[in-house]
Amino acid sequence: MTKAMTGAKMVVQALIDQGVEVVFGYPGGAVLPIYDEIFQQNSITHVLVRHEQGAVHAAEGYARSTGKPGVALVTSGPGATNAVTGLTDALLDSIPLIVLTGQVPTFMIGSDAFQEADTVGITRPCTKHNWLIKETDKLAATLHEAFHVATSGRPGPVLIDIPKDVQFATGTYTEAKQVETHYNPQVKGDIDAITELVKAMETAKRPVFYTGGGVINSGPQASQLLRELVAATNFPITSTLMGLGCYPASGDNWLGMLGMHGLYEANMAMHDCDLMINIGARFDDRITGRLDAFSPGSKKAHIDIDASSINKVIHVDIPILGDVAHVLEDLLNVWKSRGRKTNQEGLSNWWDQINDWRAVKCLDFTQEGKIIKPQYALQRLEELTKKHDRYITTEVGQHQMWAAQYLGFEDPNRWMTSGGLGTMGYGFPASIGVQMAHPDALVINVAGEASWLMNMQELGTAMQFNLPVKQFILNNERLGMVRQWQQLLHGERYSSSWSESLPDFVKLAEAFGAKGIQCHDPDTLDDAIMEMITHDGPVLFDCLVEKHENCFPMIPSGKAHNEMLMGDASTDGAISGAGEALV
Amino acid sequence: MSALKIKKGATSHSAYNLRPNYSDTVERHTLAVLVENEPGVLARVIGLFSGRGYNIDSLTVAEVDHLGHRSRITIVTNGTPQIIEQIKAQLGRIVDVHKVNDLTVEGSSVERELALFKVSGKGENRIEAVRLADIFRANVVDSTLESFVFEITGTPEKIDAFAELMRPLGLQEIARTGVAALSRGAV
Ligand SMILES: Cc1ncc(C[n+]2csc(CCOP(=O)(O)OP(=O)(O)O)c2C)c(N)n1
Ligand SMILES: [Mg+2]
Repeated sequence: MTKAMTGAKMVVQALIDQGVEVVFGYPGGAVLPIYDEIFQQNSITHVLVRHEQGAVHAAEGYARSTGKPGVALVTSGPGATNAVTGLTDALLDSIPLIVLTGQVPTFMIGSDAFQEADTVGITRPCTKHNWLIKETDKLAATLHEAFHVATSGRPGPVLIDIPKDVQFATGTYTEAKQVETHYNPQVKGDIDAITELVKAMETAKRPVFYTGGGVINSGPQASQLLRELVAATNFPITSTLMGLGCYPASGDNWLGMLGMHGLYEANMAMHDCDLMINIGARFDDRITGRLDAFSPGSKKAHIDIDASSINKVIHVDIPILGDVAHVLEDLLNVWKSRGRKTNQEGLSNWWDQINDWRAVKCLDFTQEGKIIKPQYALQRLEELTKKHDRYITTEVGQHQMWAAQYLGFEDPNRWMTSGGLGTMGYGFPASIGVQMAHPDALVINVAGEASWLMNMQELGTAMQFNLPVKQFILNNERLGMVRQWQQLLHGERYSSSWSESLPDFVKLAEAFGAKGIQCHDPDTLDDAIMEMITHDGPVLFDCLVEKHENCFPMIPSGKAHNEMLMGDASTDGAISGAGEALV
Repeated sequence: MSALKIKKGATSHSAYNLRPNYSDTVERHTLAVLVENEPGVLARVIGLFSGRGYNIDSLTVAEVDHLGHRSRITIVTNGTPQIIEQIKAQLGRIVDVHKVNDLTVEGSSVERELALFKVSGKGENRIEAVRLADIFRANVVDSTLESFVFEITGTPEKIDAFAELMRPLGLQEIARTGVAALSRGAV
């Protein structure tokens, strides 16, 4: 069946056919025909953001919390360039997005027309793939292909640039099932490699699962299989910032997050293990620290859907190319069929060692006096919200790392943070995207005051669309993470890391018609958090915290996992003897 | 504020600069990349090399299958074995790339390049240039009383050698096509 329609209508039709419910966007001259079509239908909700960067991050929040691709629609020129940060963020964290940009009409391309930018040129390095459409007849097929490319293999953002004359012209609509594609990444792992890994697992004395965002991207099935595998083998498991929630934080085998601000037990286990099983992580430099001292004695296996992630920075002994869920299913089957063997004695000694590391209690801190410690604020937030149907986004900085350390995630897609790019200004719009996908859930953005200001205009969006997102700002009046590095590495010369001239956040909230709460007293913190949770509407929570708290543990860049710096509470007395090695 | 004593300048070198202990020997590889003949594919391939800091010694591209809409990009690159593996994996994940073949490791292959040389001079030099061109099986495709344009085909090394010899004889300009390469044998 062939249908004739305008390009603009094709866009809306293809989105509907692909099951899209929400589009985040901002109009302009080059996308007016598409906006006209959006106006004339009821299947898709359009969320008008206040800045195109916000649209892309909101689409990311939507995607990260649902596993479905997020969609953003922006105009040509400045609309497209404003989308670049979000695209790069999504590329580095492998988040499926479809970004539609308007373009000047085909006959004006190359003439420096009003609001013309070489959008496919600018976004080529920050998209998984992009297309400039020159014929309306090809538009629908490309839209369908875009969804396929964004969501298959290693997911990522794609962009379709649609000139205005292509939107106006009439062409033939192609159904999704008619579209042919050659893009078909391998999902099944090589069974010999999987068997080799099983054999290594049977004899390993000190194994560890090192998991990452790939488990979450692979879908809920992957997390399910991972849990089964951990329970069956009794191996310890850690995860990167991106993988939090793939294994429950309350699980017995959970070591906590690893990496630069990871837990002592997790990093020590990585350093001392004899078998490292990397599942959907990518040996990022925040994880490995000093490469030539990275887990020196271990055999390494790596399960990844992207061949270019394997052997990129760390040489692995058992590479397995495939989708996490597919590979874990085969892995479990092979392991079971060979008799469910593990090295019991080795494992039991390994757990003794791990429990000694756990006893260091690297996250301990003391809340005393009248100033709220950021760790305490998050501990209370965790206590008071963990029973809720809760989703957490963050901005970037110390507060983000503390959130990763002190909040517990029981399920995948509940923790949506900017990992690879570390984008300040990501968290607020992302929380809006999450709330759109989960209208009844408690959505909290754990923010720093500086990051939050980067996309604060989105408070207008939250108000307009009745999105009760909670902005939990740990206000230290500092670009805290920058200040910490300056303290540790730049002789305490605090160059431009004070947040000066901050707004009155309560009045700022009120100016938008939202609720503002300020809290500076540890004794009233619980009540204030409860007030935030129970308020039916967006809340800006200004939590005044200790200004000069540092985030520990910390592996300074260029150091090895066993060269962590620790917070004062846990290093008191541990500095002598064996503990000395830790500082 | 933390009471901890923190060593100043704790970073001696950053992980960004470190590479694992692969062989450090730089190897030259010829890659044949079969791509969808779409605008932007070449830009993506070149952008990959510049963005990730890989080297391009030579690059040629042309459509090889009009009906199938395929082009073949032949890239001569160099790097350590680990870098070469990365380049192949990175090329392989570009959506419009169908196939990446490393002609240097997948059995033996033939490589040819075509070049045009403009040489100007008089007297002995002019005679010597023609004599050498003959030895190298180069053809004269243009001539004036003071100049020749030679056409030569061969491996890049042969063309390099010819250039060395022409230089003192009045070499003015060279245009090279870059390397075209195919594996030997039936398939
Ligand atoms: C867009 C952007 N610009 C700069 C940085 C560098 N940066 C990383 S953390 C940070 C400070 C963040 O301050 P704040 O949001 O208050 O969080 P805190 O560290 O104080 O918790 C900066 C400037 C960044 N990550 N992103
Ligand atoms: Mg701050």
